[in-house]
Amino acid sequence: MNDISQFPYGISILEITYILASVFFIFGLKMLSHPLTARRGNIIAAFGMGLAIIATILFHKRDGEPIGNIPYILVAIIIGTVIGLVIAKRVKMTAMPQLVSFFNGMGGAAAALISMMEFPHVSPDLIAKSGMANGHVLAILLGLMIGTISWAGSMIAFGKLDGWIGDLRVKALKYVNLTIFAVLIGFIVFIMTRNVQASAELTPLIYIMFAVAVIYGVLFVMPIGGADMPVVISLLNSFTGVAAAMGGFLYNNQAMLTGGILVGSAGTILTILMCRAMNRSLLNVIVGVFGGGGQTNISATGSVKEITVFDAAVLLSYSKKVVIVPGYGLAVAQAQHICHELDKLLEEKGVEVKYAIHPVAGRMPGHMNVLLAEADVPYEQLIESDEINPDLTNTDVLVVIGANDVVNPAAEDDPSSPIYGMPIIKARDAKNVIVMKRGMGKGYAAIENMLFYNDKTRMLFGDAKTTLQNLVNEVKSL
Amino acid sequence: MENILGFFLQHREAIFLVILSIFLGIEVISHVPAILHTPLMSGANAIHGVVIIGAIIVMGHAETTGAMILGFLAVVLGTLNVIGGFVVTDRMLEMFKKKK
Repeated sequence: MNDISQFPYGISILEITYILASVFFIFGLKMLSHPLTARRGNIIAAFGMGLAIIATILFHKRDGEPIGNIPYILVAIIIGTVIGLVIAKRVKMTAMPQLVSFFNGMGGAAAALISMMEFPHVSPDLIAKSGMANGHVLAILLGLMIGTISWAGSMIAFGKLDGWIGDLRVKALKYVNLTIFAVLIGFIVFIMTRNVQASAELTPLIYIMFAVAVIYGVLFVMPIGGADMPVVISLLNSFTGVAAAMGGFLYNNQAMLTGGILVGSAGTILTILMCRAMNRSLLNVIVGVFGGGGQTNISATGSVKEITVFDAAVLLSYSKKVVIVPGYGLAVAQAQHICHELDKLLEEKGVEVKYAIHPVAGRMPGHMNVLLAEADVPYEQLIESDEINPDLTNTDVLVVIGANDVVNPAAEDDPSSPIYGMPIIKARDAKNVIVMKRGMGKGYAAIENMLFYNDKTRMLFGDAKTTLQNLVNEVKSL
Repeated sequence: MENILGFFLQHREAIFLVILSIFLGIEVISHVPAILHTPLMSGANAIHGVVIIGAIIVMGHAETTGAMILGFLAVVLGTLNVIGGFVVTDRMLEMFKKKK
């Protein structure tokens, strides 16, 4: 605070900019939560960020010292910008979820690095006065722990969504994780109760703590099923927010503090909202009961009946109402454009085509909306599952494209099923069901789907894109 | 006890800010339609890239080569978070725009 008399202008401008940045963040988030203003909200938040960064470089002073190494900082920013732009622009829409996870991890890593570098430099006066047990040290240690967990966890989530890391389901993992978490807390207590002259003496401990936090982050995400990844990413997102806020506490920096906490609390609420959309509790997701372990009472009875592309084309062309249920398979096959082509063809023939969108279809809430919007499917054709369910009884054909768990009747019938209670699209209410699938594999929750064995159901095996292409050709030639 | 009270007094402004921000965060995003969950998460993801400010401060006062390298890395990662986060969010929302 005594700096103010020495550098009145710079510091004032900096603080004013930080307040502005915080306001921009708040407005940005608020606007992001409404469809019409969302895009502008994002730009406003980005603008606030830009202001805060520029003002920090120009006006920030620590103990009267301005920011040094500016050329290097600029080089680092340019490198980050170029890599970030290339990755963000090049990646396909289907890979968006893992991308969010990746960038989230970067933020966590940055927070952890800051803590690692600040730890040896805790002011000796502060340590002489109140020992290691002070807010500064606590903020550094928490920033390190949370940032590292967020980074390691995000990288695992990224790998899982990208398909090169599988699930690791060991019952004992729960206890292992609890133990490691206790060890981390132990580290914090141990470091804060040491009697030392300088924090630098304890630096080696920081690196061990970092390693333990990495292990925890990895093991925390490992057992969680892929269908739950959005929830985990959202949770890790709020972790990174808290880690950033720790930095704000450390530097007495209001922009970091408000920005970080805002994301921390908004992220937590968002996580809970996502859990609610799947009718599950957060604890349930974290402990990871989903998939694998769930033993269902219903075993597959009856046989699966296939349909030829020609028959499917006839069935669709002579229906009055068709509902398409898209899922992750559609996204993987990049079949959204050809899917829209089919629905246009059918509409030309006077068939009413609607899309039933389950809130968690795909790998992220809203995944299907984004995908179909990319293919120019009109917004009015996308109907949320609650809204379309009562209408399904007078639907002639319901076409499931690469979706599985969101149409699984076990969610209504089988109390022992891990997805019991999850709201689903009541596919079996329709008069006919066509399921497009690559094979008889199970969905992400790894449970049997009785819908496939239903008398009304006909299977159309193959890659979604190829199958849809064949279907379009058949419908055209009818 | 004295320690805790002292801690509170010393950091009262920050604590005040934290508590208000928590409520603000909750208030600002409740009642979000499910379709916006992903873009909102992505947008929030970009906002916590504000950690880059800390990275700049650390780097700006780095003295040893080791600190310089770590600081450099922190700034690069922080920038990745900011730029990547905002650009990805914008790309997602661009898709939504067409639907009218």
